Amino acid sequence: MSLRKTTAVGAAAAVLIVLPLVLQQVNDYWMHIVIMIGIFSILSMSLNVIIGYAGQFALGHAAFYGIGAYSAALLMIHFQVSFWIALPAAAVIAGFFGFLLGTPVIRLRGDYLGIVTLGFGEIVRLIFVNWVDVTRGPMGLPGIPAPTLFGYTFSGKTEFYYLILALALLTFFVIHRIVHSGVGLSLMTLREDETLAQSIGIRPNKYKLLAFTVGAFFAGIAGAFWASYISFVSPDAFRYLDSVNILAMVILGGSASLPGSVLGAVILVLAPELLRYMSDYRMMLLGLAIVLMMIFKPTGFWGEKHRKYNFYGMVRKGEGK
Amino acid sequence: MLLQQLTNGLTIGMIYALIALGYTMVYGILKIVNFAHGDIFMMGSFLGLFFMKELDLPLYLAFLLSAVVTSGIGILIERLAYRPLRMADRIVPLISALGVSTFLISLAQKLWGTEMRPFPTAFGSRTYTLGSITFSEIQILILILSFILMLGLHLFVTKTKTGTAMRATSMSLTNAALMGINTNRMISLAFGIGSALAACAGIMVGIYYNAVYPTMGYMAGINAFTAAVLGGIGSIPGAMLGGVLLGLVETLGGAYISTQYKSVISFAILIIVLLIRPSGILGKKDINKV
Repeated sequence: MSLRKTTAVGAAAAVLIVLPLVLQQVNDYWMHIVIMIGIFSILSMSLNVIIGYAGQFALGHAAFYGIGAYSAALLMIHFQVSFWIALPAAAVIAGFFGFLLGTPVIRLRGDYLGIVTLGFGEIVRLIFVNWVDVTRGPMGLPGIPAPTLFGYTFSGKTEFYYLILALALLTFFVIHRIVHSGVGLSLMTLREDETLAQSIGIRPNKYKLLAFTVGAFFAGIAGAFWASYISFVSPDAFRYLDSVNILAMVILGGSASLPGSVLGAVILVLAPELLRYMSDYRMMLLGLAIVLMMIFKPTGFWGEKHRKYNFYGMVRKGEGK
Repeated sequence: MLLQQLTNGLTIGMIYALIALGYTMVYGILKIVNFAHGDIFMMGSFLGLFFMKELDLPLYLAFLLSAVVTSGIGILIERLAYRPLRMADRIVPLISALGVSTFLISLAQKLWGTEMRPFPTAFGSRTYTLGSITFSEIQILILILSFILMLGLHLFVTKTKTGTAMRATSMSLTNAALMGINTNRMISLAFGIGSALAACAGIMVGIYYNAVYPTMGYMAGINAFTAAVLGGIGSIPGAMLGGVLLGLVETLGGAYISTQYKSVISFAILIIVLLIRPSGILGKKDINKV
């Protein structure tokens, strides 16, 4: 690591550690915003594995987030499982569903994959709404206990802040290791040209499934944290629009870039808050900003710079060839 | 009972088909999913409401004016939000469409408020009985008008010169341009026609359910998109077939299996169809050349 990079990382670490001490002085609400940024960073980084690195256009990421949240909630409420066991368990369950969904759908390409994953997301949400015996339907599950550590209960926003910071860093680290390994190279080869990848011995199905499972696993972590943090889960938090929001974070930040995903989460969580004084116009402005961003900087704020080929690694239909 | 359910399913299926046509025409030419199409449908519905309530115009004029204005909106959206992105990655216009969708929803909320609004018309409440089937007036209107619109579109696409040019454009943008077709005009036309059909569907849904609200485009849009994919996205007859099929499946599933899970049933069918035949029922098979 160069000196400049070390200084930058050190400064970022210092800011992240000191941040709650400053924000607490301002307003508790800002702590909540920062925690939400943490949750959405995990979600956008995990979706980036599927979209940015593996090049699979998946639209139902909120489903895995929801599965994680409901699994953790049910485990903690009905089985009195500790948060520290419920969190990994929820992640494994979400990852398992990612694997389950991935198995049949990886044969599909592009928009078809998009619509099937969108359909899956809707099915999961409708099950949350309608399986009243287990999920209590639209009323949601209240009273999810907060995490405890050696008899100490996480009660304030500061504790949750450090917890989500740790989880986000863990996610960043693990995904970073995965995508910068041979596995990551295989994923990216697959993204650029599936036929080519196959010809040099990369099995597309294996790597696509891996991407789905890893993506869903980390979304499950975010979901479990959310359940414990808000202490209430309801189907409202896992709508199609939330999937879209996560997708927009990935693209706005820059696909196939982890810092980009974090940046995307920061922008899209902060923007509605900062535009709050415009009240009625803020969502309009946000929509407009997204369109303008796509026109003038489609690779996102922090995307790969070397990209020569398009998203699907092929010439678009109807043009050339 | 079964006949009645089939009638209801056909009614909602015709609506899905009308909206699905907008998705499919745009996809046929540009290969992008216009995710804002559901919100264009919503704008059409609100504009119809506006013309009838604020300007006190009769129903047929509301249909006509709303269709004209909405197609203008559709064309404008293509010009501003999609045309600059023609050469970009496929996902880029998609995100742009999501931006447009957000914009339209909040515009409608700003202009007309967030709550559900009823349609100010006595039309549609009368019912007629034919054997064991009860038709409401609005159901008859939906069935007849949708049929006329679809027939008109079919004749336009197959019999007129412009329609042929449009089909050529959807076969290959490049080759159509080489043959001297103004492809940009064809794209605008596809957006215009699709939006006008969506506006008609919007008004009919508004009267049918007697409710118009800013987020109504979401579920209708998803269902119509499902219909378009089911029938084979890019294919005009496919969208019509897919819409009617989806309407029937959803209504029958709702009536005989479970009301709460009727959307789950339609999504599950979509997923199964796509796994067996990814290009949809009437879609062309995608051949992947190296």
